[in-house]
Amino acid sequence: MSSTTSGGNKHDWTKPAAMAIPKGGELKEKVEQGRYGPIFPKTPACYGFSIIAKIIPGRESVFYEYAKNIEKAVAAQPDILAVLKLHYLRWNLFDIKGETYFQYMGIFDTDFDKYTEDAVAIFAASGLNTVFENLEGFPKDWKTNAPAFIKFVRDHHRPSFLEYGEYPYVSADEIKKALKLKAAFSNMLDQMQ
Amino acid sequence: MLELDDIQHILLMRVPALTGRYEFLSFRSTAGGRVWLSAISEKVQSAADVRAPDEKQKRWVTVAFTWNGLRALGVDEASLATFPEEFRQGMVARAEMLGDTGPNHPDNWVGGLASPSLHAIVILFAADEAAREQSVMEHKKFIAQCKDIEVLSSLDLQAVPPFIYAHDHFGYRDRLSQPVIEGTDEVPTPGSGPPLKPGEFILGYPDEFGPPANLPQPEILSRNGSFMAYRRLQEHVGKFRDFLRQHGQTPEEQELIAAKLMGRWRSGAPLVLSPDKDDPQLAADPQRNNNFNYKEMDPQGYAVPLGSHARRMNPRDTAVNMNRRRMIRRGATYGPYLPEDAAEDGAERGIAAFVICASLIRQFEFAQNVWANDRNFHELGNERDPVIGNQDGTLEFKIPKRPIRKKITGLPAFTTVRGGAYFFLPGIKALRYLATLDGAR
Repeated sequence: MSSTTSGGNKHDWTKPAAMAIPKGGELKEKVEQGRYGPIFPKTPACYGFSIIAKIIPGRESVFYEYAKNIEKAVAAQPDILAVLKLHYLRWNLFDIKGETYFQYMGIFDTDFDKYTEDAVAIFAASGLNTVFENLEGFPKDWKTNAPAFIKFVRDHHRPSFLEYGEYPYVSADEIKKALKLKAAFSNMLDQMQ
Repeated sequence: MLELDDIQHILLMRVPALTGRYEFLSFRSTAGGRVWLSAISEKVQSAADVRAPDEKQKRWVTVAFTWNGLRALGVDEASLATFPEEFRQGMVARAEMLGDTGPNHPDNWVGGLASPSLHAIVILFAADEAAREQSVMEHKKFIAQCKDIEVLSSLDLQAVPPFIYAHDHFGYRDRLSQPVIEGTDEVPTPGSGPPLKPGEFILGYPDEFGPPANLPQPEILSRNGSFMAYRRLQEHVGKFRDFLRQHGQTPEEQELIAAKLMGRWRSGAPLVLSPDKDDPQLAADPQRNNNFNYKEMDPQGYAVPLGSHARRMNPRDTAVNMNRRRMIRRGATYGPYLPEDAAEDGAERGIAAFVICASLIRQFEFAQNVWANDRNFHELGNERDPVIGNQDGTLEFKIPKRPIRKKITGLPAFTTVRGGAYFFLPGIKALRYLATLDGAR
């Protein structure tokens, strides 16, 4: 079986695929509307978000501390970020003309619109809070004002213009299912020795 | 402490109505709207009014407004701007995101519901036909006396026989799983979870996250109010019964298919607790009929398919943040009953219901956009809610089964949205405030 169904379209995961995305981040076909605005398209690399924003001067060390907190939180409770439907996160800090910027890149199986309120709730309730509090212009009332949080993220999203997938459109759950199946087969073969 | 005397009764209780009528109104002038409102608000019962047992009470009145309706009553622009964006835009503008496309599109809606001149709804619930006629006559007389009130349309409600318990035209028992609000004397049935903070449903109270925030202003207008999403959903009974016959050889198999689509047997018995055969006694027992979960009791969906209606609309322990997604459902059926052995007669029949919640975008729109219409909900790939989702004949419904699942392709649409609107349901004091606003235009 070499096809996977995603959003009603059959995709062949054995065929690597690339997608060029026009300026603005949306494809020419009709843009799908989400609750908080237009949804950026699903690509061979699934959904993604790339946020670039200036950090509040002097807060650089907070970002490194926050990364450690996330590491500890996930170690203590491995499913803490499950609601985000993530594949990968990559965060960077970099300087432009003496000012420090934060770049958040995440690869998700769902568009940003769907579960962001859940993410806000989890970050607010778990005490993890969010590293975004150290970005200029981030709404101070984010814990009680999910629409303001979402607006900030949308305003600072820099859509990509090329995305590539070696195994396109495959979800994290499908990958985990396949690996579980492989493990089950190995176990079965061991039992038959 | 809930201010029961200031909360419209529909928010907290279900009245014993077997019939009723919705009337959809437009105010041609601010002054006319206010005259009408100041009189009708005397008839609107609070939760406290309805709580006192009174067998003579056979008629109940609820009033709510669209954003355009609040403007038509003279609410100033500064105040109008404090209402949430989705309510300001209205259901028509949100159609695509809600899945209201194709035959469900607002262009096809009836009764003037898609019109910006829809300003208000009056819900006249009645215990019997005579009581309904009395309410309808009185309201008609009253509107004739007011100037500048236009009735855009009305819809007569009618319970579906047999009247042993509430059910829809497809035969599914309704009203089995409703959230309980903290501060009421209602006790949650086993499996229903603890009572929820009132702010999830009533504006001005703490919600599941904390103190109230971002409420519409002024406070007198929003306090003890709520938002209501109205949906008029036509049920294609003939098509539904044909589908059951097509996929089930025997009446038992047909019942099982019906149960798989819903997640409960048509009697209301939960499939998780009775996966192989119906159990009407279980269905009728409130101590048992909601006492189940999915994550531990049915993780693969062998009893309740992952894409079934009930599992989508209330994923229970398989969703995070569930307490912030709950909704209160009120409403009724309309249209003539189609007897079990009768052929489809083409008459319109269905459900005309309200989803009541503090945040339309977080509660109602999330349920509609993600739970009902996300084709990839629970990694299902190519499915939408089989009962209320936007079905265009290209989607599937998968029924997990050992050794291999049953996959139904080309699922037809059993329902069509015939109308809808977002309403603000003010508290009793707010109704009076709206009726006496200064600065009539």
